[in-house]
Amino acid sequence: MWAFINKLRSPKWFYAISERLLPWFWVAAAALILVGSVWGLAFAPADYQQGNSFRIIYVHVPAAFLAQSIFVSMAVCGLVYMVWKIKVADMVAAMMAPLGAAMTFISLFSGAVWGVPTWGTWWMWDARLTSMLILFFLYLGVIALRGAFASRDSASRAASVLAMVGVINIPIIKYSVDWWYTLHQPATFTVTGRVGMPMEMWVPLLIMVLGFYSFFIAVTLMRTRSEILRRESNKRWVRDLAGGER
Amino acid sequence: MAFESFNEFIAMGGHAPYVWAAWAATAALLVAIVLHARAERRQLLRSLQRRVRREQRLGVDQDEAAKVSHQSGGNRHDT
Repeated sequence: MWAFINKLRSPKWFYAISERLLPWFWVAAAALILVGSVWGLAFAPADYQQGNSFRIIYVHVPAAFLAQSIFVSMAVCGLVYMVWKIKVADMVAAMMAPLGAAMTFISLFSGAVWGVPTWGTWWMWDARLTSMLILFFLYLGVIALRGAFASRDSASRAASVLAMVGVINIPIIKYSVDWWYTLHQPATFTVTGRVGMPMEMWVPLLIMVLGFYSFFIAVTLMRTRSEILRRESNKRWVRDLAGGER
Repeated sequence: MAFESFNEFIAMGGHAPYVWAAWAATAALLVAIVLHARAERRQLLRSLQRRVRREQRLGVDQDEAAKVSHQSGGNRHDT
């Protein structure tokens, strides 16, 4: 166990293991997103109320899932970095922030576009929408904090603290649709519990969600590898590697 | 198939602007993220190689170079 944790500390080990894992996640992401898109756009039946505009769900829900999961992962990485001083955790967290912001943007944008034909408005200050907007600003805050310090150590610590504090917003987003009367409907997509939609709509959505998660893991691994090269550029093994590769 | 023809598929039952706007924005962002990650990696590898090669040319011992640039805060940007 401790040997494993010690290995996790080592950027070199992370670099080696991620190289082997990376192709699998890229392939999974590409295949799942492709199948999910074709299925969701062309084969899933139209919604009896919303018609074909419901097909926005296949980008909206996976992006919203990721937006929240990435923030939680970032907070966990922040905790790991603060408690055990594991540098790789901080690198992973740093690489996840822009991706999380992008996913939050996708969910907000697709939600706004979806709202026009469905609700008759693209925006409402309802609890779900507002808490998602706050999440977007939290991501921007984390990214800005990282750039605001001359010392990397202070920047990492500040970003970790903001991620750990900001994670309070995640249960607020999740339960906003139950706690307040919102325009946004309660969760339709669940893996556990009663499925709120027909199977022919649910399966492609599940595929898209899995595809987005694979995409997130692939991008994060790849960018963390770059970040390792950047931060460890003075290490012998990085130099050997740079000398060896074309 | 939920649609009778390709034109119907494109029309999305009158919801085309909404469906395609949301999907296009998502696709564009995902592609941009992948391209950025690739460009970032290539650029890093290239600048690392340049640095290593130059130090080899100058006959600098790599460990010494590492130590020196580490002492100066490791902030040497040589692009």
